[in-house]
Amino acid sequence: MNLIFAITSLEQGLVFGIMALGVYITFRILDFADLTVDGSLPLGAAVSAKLISSGMNPILSLVFALIAGGLAGSITGFLHTRLKIAPLLSGILTMTSLYSINLRIMGRPNIPLISQPNVFSLFEQLGINYLWSTIILLLIIILLVKILLDSFLKTQLGFALRATGDNPQMIRSMGISTNTMKMFGLILSNSLVALSGGLVAQYQGFADVSMGVGTIVAGLASVIIGEVIFGEKSIFIITAGVIAGSILYRFSISLALNLGFAASDLKLLTSLLVIVFLSTPRIKKIMR
Amino acid sequence: MLEINNLSKIFYKGTYNENKALTELSLKINEGDFITIVGSNGAGKSTLLNSIAGVFSIESGSILLDGQEISNQAEHVRAKSIGRVFQNPLAGTSPEMTIEENLSLALAKSESLSLRWGLSNYKRKIMKKKLSKLDIGLENRLTTKVKLLSGGQRQSLTLLMATLTNPSLLLLDEHTAALDPATVIKIKNLTNELISENNITTLMVTHNMEDAIKMGNRLIMMDKGQIIYDIKETDKKDLTVEKLHKMFEIKHGSKFTDDRMLLTV
Repeated sequence: MNLIFAITSLEQGLVFGIMALGVYITFRILDFADLTVDGSLPLGAAVSAKLISSGMNPILSLVFALIAGGLAGSITGFLHTRLKIAPLLSGILTMTSLYSINLRIMGRPNIPLISQPNVFSLFEQLGINYLWSTIILLLIIILLVKILLDSFLKTQLGFALRATGDNPQMIRSMGISTNTMKMFGLILSNSLVALSGGLVAQYQGFADVSMGVGTIVAGLASVIIGEVIFGEKSIFIITAGVIAGSILYRFSISLALNLGFAASDLKLLTSLLVIVFLSTPRIKKIMR
Repeated sequence: MLEINNLSKIFYKGTYNENKALTELSLKINEGDFITIVGSNGAGKSTLLNSIAGVFSIESGSILLDGQEISNQAEHVRAKSIGRVFQNPLAGTSPEMTIEENLSLALAKSESLSLRWGLSNYKRKIMKKKLSKLDIGLENRLTTKVKLLSGGQRQSLTLLMATLTNPSLLLLDEHTAALDPATVIKIKNLTNELISENNITTLMVTHNMEDAIKMGNRLIMMDKGQIIYDIKETDKKDLTVEKLHKMFEIKHGSKFTDDRMLLTV
């Protein structure tokens, strides 16, 4: 694996790491397996790409991507908390609807952004070495997201969110609505996922309607790899683990490609990877 | 204080399994009352507590807490003025969160949630002071995750959290039933202490008739979804377990049956 290959994996790990942090919020904090992300990642990409190609500032387009993701999360939240549809199905319904919505937003299945300005080209103009500028910018963004998330989880609202996933009965008896907290968590999570999607579109130079397939599995893989390797001592360590997990995940994908697997095999490999990591504690127990 | 009028609750209404858990039950509780509730299996004791807490909606009747109708309020809304401790010692705390994080949620109960820090040195000081009263060393373990505590420790913590903000009403649903005998005594003493210290109006369901007689200032016996005896302070002092059993037989027509009661008398 040469340097360019390593840098690419690192960049991908960082840009998708924001999505993984979103998945961590629903999957681990809320204990809500939210499949909306397969739709909200391309939603963020679609919104950002569409706005940039109509002349909007790429940074501002990310704000709209973030808001769109939040809206998507609120739909899943509405389906689950108001209409009492099961978590998994709520996410699937939103995700499926988003496929059509994303096509509507883009007007076609693919929007190329090669000739358009993006956050990375803007950052490069500040005079930073071409090879490293993308990584530096992504690092700044993800660290900012991580610090904000870590801090939020230490506020009263953050405590309530964590307890909602941990013991809903307890949080209700503390006078807090579990429905409100779930809604809030889903909005927060999908905002991050859509932000990640917008950045991915700008990073790879296009938005594609099918780019969301397998997002949830990649997100889960990152969360779980992070947990297995970094442990769960504190929020600070867990979120750092999620980001590291995302990077390791992209490296293992690159490695698999280098070993001669076809790109079309990657979804299968990812699933196998997640299965291995998810079953590690169980297997360890049996071996004892 | 708490006034319940003609409260009815039917489970599985209109089906073969229809179960009239509470029938036209009325009860008036005065400020500072500590009421113990006994009754055979299926008498409706827990249903009464859950109706007050808002776990499910009721069929008919009204529940007034501090003069306010609460029977239409959501569970979490009522919870602002009601403290609860459950039979399951794991039910009242968040296991993955630390002792101080759990307590911070209890401290914030009366406020609306905000983006202020969940913890501060000032809050920790209050927590340590309150925890030291439990006398089980938790004041030195603020950053320990609650899942690492024993059932008794967790139930002590739950009891403290439920009474921390001086609720208008405290509901205890067999909160010592799942603990070992030594711990039961500790939790009972703690219950008496916390309640009398803050003069909290309390409803306690128990399967232990001796506790029901010894604890509190008023005893209620339930049967088939209704209150069959309401024994006030002066009469309660002369009660014995045998007398209670006889009283039950007179009203019920047969012996007091309770699989768990046999073990505790």
